[in-house]
Amino acid sequence: MSKVILSSLQLVIASGFMTLELIIFLALAVIAVAAAIAMLASSNAIYSALFLVLNFAVVSVFYLILNAPFIAMVQVTVYAGAIMVLFIFVIMLLGAERLRRPDSRLAWQQPLAIGLGLALLGVAVFGLLSRGGVAASPQPLNPEVALTFGSPREIGRQLFTGYLFPFEVTSILLLVAMVGAIVLTKDEKKRPTLKSQTSKK
Amino acid sequence: MELQTFAEVAIAAAVKSVILVAVLLTSFAYMTLLERKVMAFLQVRLGPNRVGPGGFFQPVADGLKLFFKEELIPAEADRIMFVLAPAITVIPALIILAVVPFGPPLNVCIPTAIGQPDWKWVCYNVPLAVADLNVGMLYILSVASIAVYGIVLAGWSSANKYATMGGIRSTAQMVSYEIALGLSVVGPTLMVGSLSLREITQWQADHYWLVLTQPIGAIIYFLATLAEVNRAPFDMPEAEQELTAGYHTEYSGMKFALFFMAEYIKMVAVSAVGVTLFFGGYLGPFLDVVPNWMAAILGLLYFFIKTFVLLVVMIWIRGTLPRFRYDQLMRFGWKVMLPLALANVAVTAVAVVLFGGRLG
Repeated sequence: MSKVILSSLQLVIASGFMTLELIIFLALAVIAVAAAIAMLASSNAIYSALFLVLNFAVVSVFYLILNAPFIAMVQVTVYAGAIMVLFIFVIMLLGAERLRRPDSRLAWQQPLAIGLGLALLGVAVFGLLSRGGVAASPQPLNPEVALTFGSPREIGRQLFTGYLFPFEVTSILLLVAMVGAIVLTKDEKKRPTLKSQTSKK
Repeated sequence: MELQTFAEVAIAAAVKSVILVAVLLTSFAYMTLLERKVMAFLQVRLGPNRVGPGGFFQPVADGLKLFFKEELIPAEADRIMFVLAPAITVIPALIILAVVPFGPPLNVCIPTAIGQPDWKWVCYNVPLAVADLNVGMLYILSVASIAVYGIVLAGWSSANKYATMGGIRSTAQMVSYEIALGLSVVGPTLMVGSLSLREITQWQADHYWLVLTQPIGAIIYFLATLAEVNRAPFDMPEAEQELTAGYHTEYSGMKFALFFMAEYIKMVAVSAVGVTLFFGGYLGPFLDVVPNWMAAILGLLYFFIKTFVLLVVMIWIRGTLPRFRYDQLMRFGWKVMLPLALANVAVTAVAVVLFGGRLG
């Protein structure tokens, strides 16, 4: 069975209809979309979070295919490794795995969300069509450019020369968010501390 | 000849992966024996000495025993995650070493067109690392950052409050120490100017071991990895006195063995990465003067000895220091390790700009 699949794959590649890249892309795309749908459909918040992690992992493989290893690794480290771990941490800490029935006050948001989602899809399709469609696989880059444009060295150079201003603005934004989080949780002093608890006994 | 075509690269990578995984699994088995022997030495006991000469086959006996144990799944457990969690824990431990060079490139010759009159030897120059990425260091950090999932999910899916507490603790601990870990490897990266572990080793071959100018980075790396792999004195997620056995309380049989395996393989992995970053990797005397095949063996030997020393230090620390309290652990991570690591990065960056090439 697998031999048949393999030989037919070879035939497809040899005929020039599909490149190996495109086959990998299609397989990954199916996983990515399935993971995204499963994330929405799952009734367990932990499973939703894990499907999102799977989705992030597949997207990082897309970056690898596009010759952007730096962004691929950062995608895994930041999204899958840091943000989603904190999501799961909070879900576990609050014991909020089971989703309740959606609040009736938010019911009006459902059709609105569907409409906005469709509008976004429309814009994307329009954008692609107005460019005259897309090629079955990306145009091969100049190999020298393809090897270096996504390298950490080149990204660092770009970030600290051409894109210095947006880079600094983003970092200040993150700093503000961090300070905000600390200020918001500062109130905790009113709660009994370890010391006051032990002294009560 | 370099490896060029897709098939050549793929076959070489597959062979190297199989060898790496086999070596890691064997090292797991004998790490357990090493740990018990060293702990016994520290506590003036004999340690395992019944199975085979000097207890040499003890790991085999342990493995067989775990293999025949009953596997229990708690009734309230989330069965899918409960079964998946041990595997999710082991995989990052096995793949993290893929970017580490274990020795100098080796010339491998294979016969082509066997059986035909014009067969000949074709020699390839094979690097002794599964993959040489230009983002190798980032790869290690990203694999380390997803390693926490297995433990968290094991804790959560067990439907046991001790296990869940262990899982939550491990998340907080690993996320906290990951920052110090990430910052500790920035120093070597700044000095070398590359994230590739091959280039970091090459830089150390041309200059000196990075521990000489990055001692603080090396210490922070070592302490942060102790916390990352949940080793004493940071083995909070499985603190027996408070949490019975933490996240793996409900696991038995081979599933428990997988957690055990992940912990020891992670120890080997972080030691190997530490050796590559700060202690010159496979470098050592006579590498340049001996023939190629002997250089590869010597390189592997040097790498093994250095990793072995770090591992024994880890066991030594376990035998010597009591476990931290949880709030002490957090305070140490955020208020001591993080500022020190940041200061180290700042000083290194300024020094690299000021002295540039003269650092080498």
